[in-house]
Amino acid sequence: MAFKDDLQALRPYLLRYASLHLRNRDAAEDAVQETLVAALAAEAGFAGRSNLRTWATGILKHKIVDAIRRAGRERPLEGEDGSDDFDALFDERGHWHEHPDAWPDPDAALQEKQFLAALQRCLEGLPPRTAQAFLLREHMGLETAEICKELGVTSTHCWVLLYRARMALRECLGKSWFGQ
Amino acid sequence: MNLSCKEATRLLSQREDRKLALGERVALRLHLALCRGCRAVSEQIPFLRRALARYFDLPD
Repeated sequence: MAFKDDLQALRPYLLRYASLHLRNRDAAEDAVQETLVAALAAEAGFAGRSNLRTWATGILKHKIVDAIRRAGRERPLEGEDGSDDFDALFDERGHWHEHPDAWPDPDAALQEKQFLAALQRCLEGLPPRTAQAFLLREHMGLETAEICKELGVTSTHCWVLLYRARMALRECLGKSWFGQ
Repeated sequence: MNLSCKEATRLLSQREDRKLALGERVALRLHLALCRGCRAVSEQIPFLRRALARYFDLPD
């Protein structure tokens, strides 16, 4: 009974987590629901572990990858094509129009809640597939070959998505947080 | 091999995902020695991973 309540209390966190990855309210709700059901059924598997949230998030990660895989099969190349769209940053010879500046003490920003909120807004501003590729790589720790497979894209496209995500995030954080 | 900034930033991204070939590493190092903008990016890209880890670590 207490276990069930503890799980329910995690729902908002899990939903936020799933939404960030899946970008689709219904898909996020489904993944969280499946996670809660699986977690309840696996209560014995949790016994003795210290952190329920970490454990439940671990289950949710699998559900999210499953959902991304299904979506990748259903609509493999929807939007966000492989073309390069950083013409705004570079001139025709590939040099910076305006070269970026180093950020002053970025690691200090990690201690600030407001910075993490800015990071979330930047992540939410990425196109869905771009964000998914980035999160699968950086957060889930998948190799690029797996990411291409899950998203149903070519490996070249996969590199482009990751490159685009990183460049867009650094641009966004530079503007919204580091005042550049 | 003389890299443009566009090529250099692409390698800075791929460096997070695969081991660069020797030629790529040398070319990148040469480019970074001369280019302040790409040097900034070379620190910002690994920072994103630390920031993300911190973000998902939030207690709430």
